[in-house]
Amino acid sequence: MVAVFTVLLALVVLYYFLEQIIGAFTFDFLGLNPGSHLGTSVNFFFYDTIKILILLFVISSLMGVVNAYFPIDRLRNYLTSRKLYGLQYFFASFFGAITPFCSCSSIPLFIGFVKGGIPLGVTFAFLITSPLVNEVAVAMFLGLFGLKATLVYAGSGILMGMIGGYLLGKFKLERYLSDWVKQIQADSEQESEVWCGEKTSFGDRLPYILKDGWGIVRKVLVYVLIGIAIGAAMHGYVPENFFAQHLSADKWYAIPLTVVLAVPMYANAAGIVPVIQVFVAKGVPLGTAIAFMMAVVGLSLPEATLLKKVMTWKLIGIFFGTITVFIIILGYLFNIIL
Amino acid sequence: MDIKVLGTGCAKCKSLEKAVKDVIEENGIQANVTKVEDILEIMKFDVMSTPALVVDGNVVVKGRVPSNSELKEILTTKIYRL
Repeated sequence: MVAVFTVLLALVVLYYFLEQIIGAFTFDFLGLNPGSHLGTSVNFFFYDTIKILILLFVISSLMGVVNAYFPIDRLRNYLTSRKLYGLQYFFASFFGAITPFCSCSSIPLFIGFVKGGIPLGVTFAFLITSPLVNEVAVAMFLGLFGLKATLVYAGSGILMGMIGGYLLGKFKLERYLSDWVKQIQADSEQESEVWCGEKTSFGDRLPYILKDGWGIVRKVLVYVLIGIAIGAAMHGYVPENFFAQHLSADKWYAIPLTVVLAVPMYANAAGIVPVIQVFVAKGVPLGTAIAFMMAVVGLSLPEATLLKKVMTWKLIGIFFGTITVFIIILGYLFNIIL
Repeated sequence: MDIKVLGTGCAKCKSLEKAVKDVIEENGIQANVTKVEDILEIMKFDVMSTPALVVDGNVVVKGRVPSNSELKEILTTKIYRL
């Protein structure tokens, strides 16, 4: 317990003084010139990497705490057992955001919801937000764009899950599920022996949660490094306003074009956000950039092939189409408000 | 003991299977380990996040890969963390 708090305290102190520490490292220790391309790129690389890794660790640990106390099974029970008067879309979407997303879990999760009798629309609300708003995306956004842009991204992602789920629920899409999903019966296996599930105290559980948080950091570390390295390189060398001619806000087709191009692309948030940050720094409007990012992380061909196990192509088409349209609308809205 | 590792084939599922086999071997636990990859079979256990570990029909771990020491504790004491 003491060790845990020492680590957390050290992280806070490190985060607070990070800019000075990294500045001293690149310019004094390595002796790079603060005015040079190389100097700014190297400084940017170390500062952003460490800042994002700290944020990622803290955010994944926080999400770990929430999930330890409110696991997905409880969300399902909650959604099935109560009358929520529309709030179920909010809960599904919100928990989609704070549940760590793993594409290999999306199918069991989908089936689990359907089996539990949760309406398809509510299930979609979860499925829309889950890949879109996750610990990696939030940490990267917070580190590179600041609090306001992060809140806009996460908030609109959750809102889109709610509205998208509600609309898709209205379409009566159950008939487009795969045949075997329709036939799912609740035939769980019998428990054979008495096992004892022990409630663990917060203090006992925290080290495990932090270890899982660290596990997430380690898993995406290489993507963060690659993403930021590319971003850092572009930062120093791509000319100012390079993208502005084609992707500026006054070109009406800029948003639909970037979104449609981004849907088949797949990159995780760790790799894509640093690159997007450079786009923004070089003249692409933030709204267009966020819409691009949403389309890249939220919709992808690998996800479509996974969903094929439980849905017909027609349903996948409707699902992807609806989300694409939403992202485009959001892109315009972002450009107006941001 | 009948141990099943539920997972559709992602990296975490493979590391859980390996960890279980290691722990069993190191501690001389008598068990039969099978990997369940068929989604229909997985769903019979009502598991919504993979990888999951099923021992004698009880789901004892889901959605994460526990450490070897936690696995040992689960398999020897039959106590698992909710």
